[in-house]
Amino acid sequence: MSFLSIEGATKRFGGLTAVDNVSFTLEQGEIVGLLGPNGSGKTTLINLLSGALPLSAGRIALQGVTLSGRRADTVARAGVARTFQLVRILPSLTLMENVMIPAVFGAKAHWGTAAVAVANDALARVGLAGRETGLAGDLTYIDQKRLELARALAAEPSLLLLDEWLAGLNPTELKQGIALIRSLTDSGLTILMVEHIMEAVRTLCPRALVMNSGALIADGPTAEVLADPHVVAAYLGQVDADA
Amino acid sequence: MRKTLSLALPLAALVLLAAAPLVASAYQLGLLLGMATYVTLASAWALFSGHTRYISLATVAFYGTGAYTVAVLNESLPYPVVLAVAGVIGAGLALVVGLSTLRLAGIYFVIFSFGLSELIRELITWYEVNVTGTLGRYIFLDITARGIYWQMLALGAFTIGLTAWIHRRRLGLALRVIGDDETVAAHSGIHLARVKLIVFVLASTIITLAGAIASPRWVYVEPSIVFNPTVSFLTVIMALLGGANRLWGPALGAVPLFLVFEWLSSDFPDTYPIILGLLFIAVVFVLPNGVLAGIERLRQRRKA
Repeated sequence: MSFLSIEGATKRFGGLTAVDNVSFTLEQGEIVGLLGPNGSGKTTLINLLSGALPLSAGRIALQGVTLSGRRADTVARAGVARTFQLVRILPSLTLMENVMIPAVFGAKAHWGTAAVAVANDALARVGLAGRETGLAGDLTYIDQKRLELARALAAEPSLLLLDEWLAGLNPTELKQGIALIRSLTDSGLTILMVEHIMEAVRTLCPRALVMNSGALIADGPTAEVLADPHVVAAYLGQVDADA
Repeated sequence: MRKTLSLALPLAALVLLAAAPLVASAYQLGLLLGMATYVTLASAWALFSGHTRYISLATVAFYGTGAYTVAVLNESLPYPVVLAVAGVIGAGLALVVGLSTLRLAGIYFVIFSFGLSELIRELITWYEVNVTGTLGRYIFLDITARGIYWQMLALGAFTIGLTAWIHRRRLGLALRVIGDDETVAAHSGIHLARVKLIVFVLASTIITLAGAIASPRWVYVEPSIVFNPTVSFLTVIMALLGGANRLWGPALGAVPLFLVFEWLSSDFPDTYPIILGLLFIAVVFVLPNGVLAGIERLRQRRKA
């Protein structure tokens, strides 16, 4: 039994099939890149995994437990945490409260000092230690991204979905971000990351998936996948891919 | 020290307010009752709307339902039972309304909640005219103005106490998260529908009880009197003026505004609605987060 299995996942919006019969599995502790041109269905797939959108067809299971058909809150309590492509923090809450939330409402339902401890730990991991009393709305963009990751970590998830978490960082921040994600995999966390920054994908992900027009067109070792003519064609157009 | 003060001060105020009718004139008692009623309504309204930011204009739908329940049942059942029935009807109505509407967001919820009040008023009017054949009803209960005031004071104190208690629980945190971002709330494991429904039913039941308790003051009741939409608007503006997401905000807004409206409606009955509208606009423009937040901001600016 695979850790995460996706069988024939399909999402249709009226006449548009955003995710088209996608199947793959992830093993525990894997870190896998999810690539593809804009509009290829990556974020929709993440939304299907996190329960933000219901599937039109197919099945998603985490450690044998069916996730498809469940509400986002029950998916979260089953051990799935995510960040959002457009960063979503809770501006009127403090950093501590922002990060405490999934610890409080997640599977382990911490409260009081236990919840504070989990949140403090998560804040420390992303480099926001000591700032827990500040308001999230006052943070800079990079710190908002850190905060969002800390919030996902405080859920103590078994599967972490990162939707372009590294996007918009400057070179120094990118280096820190890559190191941060690497440190997460050391603890056995399984990560599926949508990412456009190839440098990050090459460094972090031994395996990559590529989507185009809703379909999964490649799945394998990152270097091979990136050299695949179909993948090159998907990014650059059909020009001379077959010639 | 702060903790004991934050408990001792309200308790002392409650004792003073409870003793006030012993020295107050009939007119002053009427003012006290009005203030207690609006403090209760605004606090109950803010319990749900303050953090979730679902602006409800359905206050009078529940308030009027409570009053009407008393009007219908006051001759056939003992008073405590009538109150209990009113509470149950309010909770049931809130459950049905909540289940069908809490997925509406923003302006749609506002319009629905306003429509609900009008719908209930029209339904009762239709029923009274076509089925019972009389539009008005009388409430003859052996309750003094003092008795009504004490009940309302108790309900108001209970509402503020309940709000303080909820703010310290998971439920309170869940409400604040929902107010900021429902998507994040759901992805953090919060059952959106359940949280919203629990608090909506609690708040609506309190508002229904407030209507039931206040109703004997009217003596004569008909739909256009008890389902007056101004009650809903006043409740919203009072809570917003004080600060709907603060424990004492709604009370702080309700007391001065009630007195101002009382004075305006007696001394300027013709221009009163215009002034009400202007005040509404002023509150939203000048103090969108309420007086308490405004004071805090001023203090911070002085420090900086």
